[in-house]
Parts: sequence; C-alpha cells; structure tokens
Amino acid sequence: VKISFTYFLRSQRRRIVCLTYLLGICYLPCAVAANPPDAPRVILIQNATILTVSHGTIEHGSILIKDGKIAEVGSSVKAPKDAQIIDAAGQFVIPGIIDCHSHIAVDGSVNEGSVSVSSMANIAEVLNPDDPDIYRDLAGGVTSANVLHGSANAIGGQTVVIKLRWGQPASRLPFEGALPGIKFALGENPKRSNFRIQSQPQRYPATRMGVEETIRAAFTEARDYKKAWDEHNKRVAAGQKNLIPPRHDLRLEPLVEVLEGKRYVHSHCYREDEILMLLRVAKEFGFKVRTFQHVLEGYKVADEIAAAGAGASTFSDWWAYKVEAYDAIPYNAALMTRHGVVVSINSDDSEEATHLNQEAAKSMKFGGLSHEEALKLVTLNPAMQLGIDKRVGTIDVGKDADLTIYNHDPLSAYAVVQKTLIDGRVYFDRQHDIAERADREKEKKALIDKQKKAAEKKAEEKKPEARKPDATVTIGQKPAEKKSQEKKPEEKKPEEKPKPPSGAVTQDSKVTTLQLSVSGGAL
Amino acid sequence: VRLDSCFDADLSRRRAFLYFFCLLNVLCLLNPVNTCEQTQPSVAYAITHARIFTLAGWTIDDGTLIIRDGKIAAVGAQVPVPQGAQVIDAKGLQVYPGLFDAITQMGLREIGAVSATVDSTETGNYNPDVVAATAVSPSSEHIPVTRAAGITEVLAVPASGGLDSSGSVGVIGGQASAIHLAGWTIDEMLLKKSAAMVVNWPEIETQGFDSSTFSRKEKPFSEAKQEYDKQVDELADWIERARHYAQVLEKSAPAEFDRDVKLEALASVVRGELPLLIFADRAREIRNAVEFCEKQKLKMILAGGAEAYKVKDLLRSKGVSVILKPVQTLPLDEDDPYDRLLSEPAELAAAHVKFAFASFDNSFSRRLGQNAANAVAYGLPYEEALKAVTLYPAQMFGLADQVGTIESGKIANVIVTNGDPLELTTEVRYLFIRGQRTSTNNRQQVLYEKYSKRPKAAN
Repeated sequence: VKISFTYFLRSQRRRIVCLTYLLGICYLPCAVAANPPDAPRVILIQNATILTVSHGTIEHGSILIKDGKIAEVGSSVKAPKDAQIIDAAGQFVIPGIIDCHSHIAVDGSVNEGSVSVSSMANIAEVLNPDDPDIYRDLAGGVTSANVLHGSANAIGGQTVVIKLRWGQPASRLPFEGALPGIKFALGENPKRSNFRIQSQPQRYPATRMGVEETIRAAFTEARDYKKAWDEHNKRVAAGQKNLIPPRHDLRLEPLVEVLEGKRYVHSHCYREDEILMLLRVAKEFGFKVRTFQHVLEGYKVADEIAAAGAGASTFSDWWAYKVEAYDAIPYNAALMTRHGVVVSINSDDSEEATHLNQEAAKSMKFGGLSHEEALKLVTLNPAMQLGIDKRVGTIDVGKDADLTIYNHDPLSAYAVVQKTLIDGRVYFDRQHDIAERADREKEKKALIDKQKKAAEKKAEEKKPEARKPDATVTIGQKPAEKKSQEKKPEEKKPEEKPKPPSGAVTQDSKVTTLQLSVSGGAL
Repeated sequence: VRLDSCFDADLSRRRAFLYFFCLLNVLCLLNPVNTCEQTQPSVAYAITHARIFTLAGWTIDDGTLIIRDGKIAAVGAQVPVPQGAQVIDAKGLQVYPGLFDAITQMGLREIGAVSATVDSTETGNYNPDVVAATAVSPSSEHIPVTRAAGITEVLAVPASGGLDSSGSVGVIGGQASAIHLAGWTIDEMLLKKSAAMVVNWPEIETQGFDSSTFSRKEKPFSEAKQEYDKQVDELADWIERARHYAQVLEKSAPAEFDRDVKLEALASVVRGELPLLIFADRAREIRNAVEFCEKQKLKMILAGGAEAYKVKDLLRSKGVSVILKPVQTLPLDEDDPYDRLLSEPAELAAAHVKFAFASFDNSFSRRLGQNAANAVAYGLPYEEALKAVTLYPAQMFGLADQVGTIESGKIANVIVTNGDPLELTTEVRYLFIRGQRTSTNNRQQVLYEKYSKRPKAAN
C-alpha cells in the first residue's frame, strides 16, 4: 500500500499546505532554524540525571562536550572557563533517539513502485533538508534516522542514515561513515494484496512464493555479475591489456555490495514464514540480513532471528491494519529481546517518531523489560543495528554529543523534550522555540498584510488602466513599474482574470506568494 | 506518513481506508483466538482499602466501593461490606471510573485492509437511518484488547461515503452508538443505541486524490467552494425536509402519509433531542457548522477540532463541546508550532471550552490515556485530562447519570489500577463493566503466552 498510501497522505498534506500558500507564508516555518545554531566549542550540561544506557544512571551528573564530542561524564566534572553551561537541574539526559525506520526528509514519493527490483534508486539522492518533519522529530528527541524507501518492491531502493541537522544543507544530513543499506519488502505490500492501480496490469510477484523468487532471481544475477567483474579485475591485476570490462549494471551493483557485506539489508516483513524465507535465501547466497523491519510476528521465530544474528526493528503496539498485522502483539519487542535479538522500536511515521521514548516505555508493561532495556530500544540497539554504535547510542566519553534532555523520566507519557543536541550543537530548544513564536506570528501577519495591500493596489491600478490607459499619467509618480507593464502587455494577461475571492488558491496566487516571501526577506 | 500501516489511527486518516480495499476473502486465515471470557454472572463485590478517585468532587484515600446488580451501590470511607459480597482487597491500588473513548470504530472494523471485516462506512452521502450498533461485532478481538487498557465504554461511530474512485466522503454518516466493552450480545453491550448523528462537515477541497489513476487532482478554488456550498445547501435541505416530516409525524397517524426512514431518523435531530456529531478541523468549517446549527436550532458536538483553538470564544459562547482528535497528530500547517495539537487542550481548558479525548480508531483506542497524559505534559491540568476521558464524554452524550464518575446509582464501569490510568506503564488489575467482573485477557496476551512457551528452536 506503499505507493498509494504515501501518495494519498502527501496529497492530503499538500491540500493543507496550499492553504498556507494563500497566506503567503508557505516556507516561513522552516526559517525557524534556517541557520545552523552556533555551537560553542565547549559545553557543560550539569546537575542532570544522566541515563547513560551503557553504565547506569548518574544523579546530579555532568556531561562535558568538546568540539561536538563527549569529553567527560560523571558526577564531579569541573567546568572549564570557556564552557557554555546548560543547567539541567531536575532534568533527564539520554543519548539522542535513533529511529531505525523513517521516511522523513524525502523529496517526493518514497516509492519507486513500477518494478519489483528497484535497487538502482537511491534515497540519498533526494534528501530534502527543508522537510518540517525533520524539525518536528528533532523536537521529539530524535537525532539520527534510517531513511528508507517504501515497501512497494521485493528489493527496494538504497537507504541512508541521517542526522537531523535541521537548517543544514542536504549534503550535511548523511551520518558520516554509516554503511548504506537497501530496503527489501516481503508479504502483502510487494505482492500488492491491498490495492491495485486500475490503470496498471497486475505486477509480478503476486504471492509470497513470487517474492522469494524475485529476490532469488536478482541475487542469482548479482552473483554472476560479481563473478564477471571479479574475473575481469583479476585479469587487470595480472597485467592483461585491452580488456573489455563487463557492462555496468546499476541495478545489480548494490546487490553485489550486499554480497560483499558493504551494504546492509533492512527488510520489511510481517509473518513468521517470510522471515524464515529470507533467512534461507540469505544463507543460500551468503549474505546477512542486518535488520528485519516491523517484523510483527518476530516473536514467533525469535530464536531463528537471534541465531542468524539479525536485528529486529518493530512497532510498539500497532496492529490489525491488515491481515499480516493481525497477530501483532505489544510484547513483541520484549519477547524477542529475551531470546537474544537486538531489538529496536521504530516509527515509520514522522508523528510516531516524536514520541519514540513513550513507545519504548510500553515494553516495560508488555513483557517486563527493565527501564534500561526499554531505553536501549530507541538508543543503543538501533545504533547497533545501523552499525553506528561506536559513534552514538550511549553517553560515553569519545562519542558524538547527540543528546536529548527531558523534563521528566523519558519513559513516561508526561516527559517533554527540552533540548536536542547533535554533534554538541543545540538544534532544538523548547524555550527558544516558544520565545520565537510571537515574532514569527508578527512576521507572518506583516507578510499577509503586505500581500493584501499589494493585491488591493494592483486591483486599484488596473481599474483606471483598463478603461483609460492615459489616466495613469495624470496619477503620475509611478515610473518604473508602470512602464515595464506597458511595455509588455502580455504580462497583463494573468491580471485580466477576475480577482479571485479572498482565500482563493490558484496557480497565480502561489506564484505571487513565493515572490512576496522572497522580496519580503522572510527567508 | 505511516507507510507500512495503512489503515490506522485517527480520523484525519480515516479516509485512507475508503480508498484501499482488497477483495481478499481470507477470513479463514484469521484464526480467531478469542477465548477470552466475557462477563461473569452478577454478584456483589466489595473493593476495600482502595484509593478511590470518584471524579465527583472528592477522592477517598482508604475507601470501599460496593458493586451490586450492575450498579455502584455505595462508595465511601465508612461503608460496610455486605454479606456474601466478594471482597477484593485493593490496598495500594487505585479505583477510577472506567475510561470512555468518545469516538471509535469499535466492532465496526476488524482488519482495516480487509473490506469483508469493515462495516464502518456505508455507501452514499446521506445515511441518517443507519445505526452503528447494528454492525458492532461483539466478538471483535479489538474489544478485549481495548478494555485491558481500562476503557470500559466507547462511542462506535459510522461514516458514509462510497468506495467509488472519486473518494468522496459522505455527509451524514448515521447514528453513533454508545456501547459497553463487554457483553455476549450487542443488546447486553448497549449503553445508548442512538447517541449522536454523525455529520462529516464538507470541506473546501482544492486538492484531492483520484484513486483510479493514483494521482493528485486539483481544482480551482471557485469550483471547490461551489461544491462545498452545494453540499452545505443539501444538508440544510435534508434538515428542512426532516423538520416538515417531524411535524407531520406529530400530527398524523402513520397510515396517512408515506413513510421515509431517512427523514424519520432525522426527526429526533430536528427536535433538538439528538446531537449532531460534526467532524470538522479547520476554523472556517467549524465556524460555518456552528452558525448552521444555531440557525437550524440543532444540538452540536464538534469532532476533530484541530483548529478549535482559533474559535474557542465562539465555541464557549455557543456551548459547543469538542471531541478532540488525538494530540499525537502533526500540525495541520507547516508553520504551526510543532506542538500545536499537543498544547490545544490546555488552551481550550483555559478558555472553558469543554472537550473530550478520543482515539478516532479501534486499534489505537488503547492510546486514549497516553494522549490525555501528553496533553497534561503540555499544560492541561491533570484532573481535566482525567475528566476528558470519563465524565465529559458521558455528559456530551447525555450519559452522565449512568457513567463517568464513581457515585452510587451509576452503572458500575470501574477500573482498579496500580497507578495513574493515563501513564504508559500502569496496569489494570481489576475491571468491572456493568458491575460484572470482566477479564483483561485478550488475543494478544494469549499469543504472548503461547509463544512464550515455544520450546527452544533447534537451529
């Protein structure tokens, strides 16, 4: 339901967005953090309850940050002279939340739904740093996210791990050094059980049997392709000249990287049988499944997943939205954890991502995980699954200063994120956000007023002009604009349309709006 | 964008399930495990040494609650335990009225993607005569799962709108039914068969989705506005005709005129007895709906209300209550504050607008308490949050004399918990619905226990 559903939701969102267009403020909100916040070189967070995840809880503790890294953690850290102090008395600090399944920061649709193997498509090439969901998730304490395609294809596109560096250009979003991944999908979505695109013929595969064969066929090709290149490279190394290299295949190259262990497989799945199916196919071709995503029946085959060394990234309590989600249980994360699987709780949704701390907490109630085990579900464990645990996931000296500060125990429905830091920079600050709101409202109002005035002025100018072009001369004092308009009569064309009623959304009003925002210096 | 769960959550997404239906007849695969007990025959219960949050103005630190014949027989600090009553020592535990989820699709939708299991949405635009209770499946697996979260009664809400490719949503959805979340039959479950008439207030939609081509389709504002006006006029026409019909109904014997079941269903609406439950999010639509109901002299409850804060003074002055969509919803507009919906309840409470929380769903119903707690985190007084999932929805549907607080004489829908019922980790230890001890066991717990016992796999 990937394609359709995403598209549908996006269209819904656009409908909403278009209303803001008419107000002339469409891209304003992003200006909240349009410039990366200045980062002092040395920061000391003090008086906090620090949930390190790796070595217990430190009461009244401090974290010293130098050049974006955690330099010291403990109960008696001395503040260097030049340090900026963040007093976190009564507050809780945790490692920044890592969302192992996200679709934020993607420009356009997340599905390349035309083919069943779309490994040539790469999500890293369409990162959109202006997606407001980046900021919203940041405000929910998320610092890193695994950005994936949808699940329209048995073998989907290439994935990328990002840091939520709101305000930075797209080139600064990817998590440096994180291995890229590829999205696989099993079950109802790749076989398109729940929808048909009426204008398109039924696509292969339409069964779980076909899903397996799609993957097997692709890897059979990839294995041959790799062999051809290996042989070619061997000959080159042996000094042979005038060789014709094999033809590059952009679809197979990412699969070769999977075979070589250079690219992680993150596979969307639900049912126990398809989980085991993929493990068999992986074994046959000699690659590893890095994570099973959703994996709502993972609890039924937890031993097998653990034995294969695969991770599991699941939902807290979603269920029953389709047949393969009917056996979902909120105990899934706890049960798999108990069987030795590295488990994370993910969002798959930009809203859900804003309270992953709460979703993790549910595993204490459903299955009895400890406070620390529950916290690991959204910090250390997803870091391990994404191979970035040397850099993030716990509060330890030497790691990136990716931290989230709450006003209460984060595993509570009453906890609110106060600050989110990435690389030692404060990218989200609740007090700051609140303080800025009045100014933003003011700016928005000013822009709307300006647009209204401009529209009125235009309407007034047009009236006499349309009837009696010469009249403008007597009004005088409107030199440049008027002249240019008179010179280019074709420009008047859109203006001749009847003025839309206030609140109208048309192509024209969008254009004016955008121009206005730019000329108004709003950005 | 919830990619992998397609048919879920709140009513902002409620249209999704209209569009994507499969024709799978795979019910045989569902393998129901609903072995969970329904209610047991009624006896008297005495819950002793409990901290009792009555929500009727006082809290009893060490109190006794007597339940007999389905009702709360007595509550207080010095209440004697009647002979023969089953005693539940609730020392260290807390007693609350059961939670009320004010908008759900409970029993009307089992598996979102399987149309055979979905009875929430009738085709056509005006279906005032359809009643949710008719299609509520008492053996839905969602019911035991939901009541395990301390939710004892819900409103089951129907919608209208065909499954045609235009994806249009109907205007009059039908009658919502208030139901207890326990009972062997729907008759046992019924709290109020017709609790509200559902109206999906039209929207000015310039951008839609064409599911036949899976593409966006845009239309100019003037055209969208025209369609909007037409729909509102149509609704007004229905109300007008229903008014005439109601007058005839009063004055004539049934044999003397042609009966019309749809207009007949609207008679109690035009008489001002049955409230309209009007779904609208944008301030403009809310304002229009309030004006419409005032002009037509209809009772109104607003549902959704994402921008209710913009018209809070109007809502207060007209006495319109609101059932808010989950606060776990992203802002409508890009430039809204990130916590726009989270902080809305606090803002409405400060403006003395009465509101309730609701899941607008079935599988997410159990997040009702979580949503209320989130609103507290963003400034809503705790007691208001608690009342917004108990007493206030009861008041809105004229059920406050039956449920919503712990007072003698009310139906004994009561939960006994080990803590704050809104908090994520709190467990419901005892559950009473219609005064009967009701199990918290459910499909998910059964599966958990079953697979917890799976022998170690031989790899």
